[in-house]
Amino acid sequence: MKALLKHRETQLVAVILAMVGLIALRFPSFVAPASLGNVFNDTSILIILALGQMTVILTKCVDLSTAATLALSGMVAAMLNNLYPDLPVLLLVVVAILTGVLAGAINGLLVWRLDIPPIVVTLGTMTIYRGIIFLISDGKWINAHEMTDAFKAVPRADFLGIPVLSWMALSVTAIMAVLLRRLATGRAFYAVGGNPHAAVYTGIDVGYTRFLSFVLSGALSGLAGYLWIARYAVAYVDIALGFELDVVAACVIGGISIAGGIGTVFGAVLGSLFLGTIKNALPVINISPFWQLAISGSVIILAVAFNARAERRKGRVILKKAEVVA
Amino acid sequence: MGLLKKVLVTAAISTALIANVAHAENKKIALVVKALGIGFFDAANKGAQEAAKELGDVDIIYTGPTDTTAEGQIEVINSLVAQKVDAIAISANDKDALVPALKKAMERGIKVISWDSGVAPEGRMMHLNPSSNPLIGNMCVKMAADNLPEGGDVAILSAAATATNQNTWIEEMKKVLPNYKGINIVATVYGDDKTDKSYTEAQGLMKAYPNLKAIIAPTSVGIVAAAQAVTDAGMVGKINVTGLGLPSEMAGHVKSGASKSFAIWNPIDLGYAATMISYNLVTGKEEAKPGAELSMGRMGKVKLDDNSEGAMADPFVYDAKNVEEFAKIF
Repeated sequence: MKALLKHRETQLVAVILAMVGLIALRFPSFVAPASLGNVFNDTSILIILALGQMTVILTKCVDLSTAATLALSGMVAAMLNNLYPDLPVLLLVVVAILTGVLAGAINGLLVWRLDIPPIVVTLGTMTIYRGIIFLISDGKWINAHEMTDAFKAVPRADFLGIPVLSWMALSVTAIMAVLLRRLATGRAFYAVGGNPHAAVYTGIDVGYTRFLSFVLSGALSGLAGYLWIARYAVAYVDIALGFELDVVAACVIGGISIAGGIGTVFGAVLGSLFLGTIKNALPVINISPFWQLAISGSVIILAVAFNARAERRKGRVILKKAEVVA
Repeated sequence: MGLLKKVLVTAAISTALIANVAHAENKKIALVVKALGIGFFDAANKGAQEAAKELGDVDIIYTGPTDTTAEGQIEVINSLVAQKVDAIAISANDKDALVPALKKAMERGIKVISWDSGVAPEGRMMHLNPSSNPLIGNMCVKMAADNLPEGGDVAILSAAATATNQNTWIEEMKKVLPNYKGINIVATVYGDDKTDKSYTEAQGLMKAYPNLKAIIAPTSVGIVAAAQAVTDAGMVGKINVTGLGLPSEMAGHVKSGASKSFAIWNPIDLGYAATMISYNLVTGKEEAKPGAELSMGRMGKVKLDDNSEGAMADPFVYDAKNVEEFAKIF
């Protein structure tokens, strides 16, 4: 199975490279190192969110409230920055993450304690969190000049030639890779999604593990919330509206199985980069906006079709072996 | 309508009544807004007061419901009818719901006009639009051209590709293009009124058109995102972001130089013009009918179309000189 997954990721790398090559034919400077770095930087927030979403999907759940959590955490940080410009930015980042943790914990508790299907829970909290933003902000925008320069500077700041925003995505990727591969909690995410009944017999608390995955997703959404608001230098109710679909799509394209238990950090990152490349390339190669939507949509359906095929093939192999034995 | 609101409206009207006792012969013009406490409408009231001062024999009753509902406005209209104001100038919360109440007012001899947000033709004598599509399209290109004496490449960042108002303005921009020598519109891209997509599209424009000199974004989300993208790309001074935006949202980007100027209606002028028109209707000097030309004091004249609608003026241009002042208003 591991070989199969590896196979899928190499496939995805090949597809992304081929795509970049095609774009380069029409628009050569797209492959300049600075331009590619820019694509990665632009995709950083999607990567962070996709890694959070991935842990949730691994446990056979889904978090549709991730974009709303992002917007809420970002708005909280932006409002604090606006009201108390003297607060250190690091504290505001922590506040944003904690807001995300709280939002994630509410999702997790509803799924764990009340046993409500996660899609229903997060569909509800998605609108609730947006509503809260409206209540606290009164529907008003926090604009560029109402935030301090230090607050806006962090994602753009240069460290060893790479913007901090990209570093954030890289470090979250590294931490998640260690967590999901080496730590017991990380393995539990796979176990719970792969076979919940077996997980119970190995002493894993399925509900609690799901709760943890929601909290983790919330925390990463909170971090992404700060980064988003600081990067685009504007906060309002509809920030990142509908972005949760991009996040789920990135996971699906990256080979994270919606059925749970299957997927890698590398896959989620590649899935995000795939979408990020498309998003950045379509504007420069001058394609009609109507085609842009159609292309993005077809790519997602193709990816899901590939996923379904990959999972089905696994079943066939077992059958063949059984026939040989018989 | 809650008790509190009733008390508030009554209080507002009785204050106005007491004020009227002092100048019994003054014309009473009611400026009815969507809701009280909104900066945009407070600014319109400022303009109305300016007009009243200029005219001398006018009292402005600035009123409206406490939230943006048609029911609230109907109550306000009924109270105004009861206290026999001379004119009602209204920015409507609902195009049709107010018609019966306003019809009743007109039957009692009250002159009724709508401004900003219109009422259906049978419920008012005329409607004053802040601007018109051709004027908006022209202003967008003009603001870009004013900063490009030598001409240059210009791109449009719109909202959704299906947004009717955006497409109309873009069409109008293309129509006036021959009047601006050397200005080429090289691309039209769509940011869907989403910050992230607009930002990425603006980045794409800068990559795809190295000679780009200006981005016109006739959408408040797009113009802010484009200004940020230009700032982040270090292109401030090389690429000018302009279009339609709100002063409070654009103040920072004008200060940074990413946007030299942008436009939107001026609420002060709008309140002023609505008051002037109402006054001229009350005194019988002018009549609101299709094809008529009504004077608006310092704002010039407005010509009414077949629906008795007219456009006040060019969108008002905001730049480094005045943006701070208006950012406090809306």
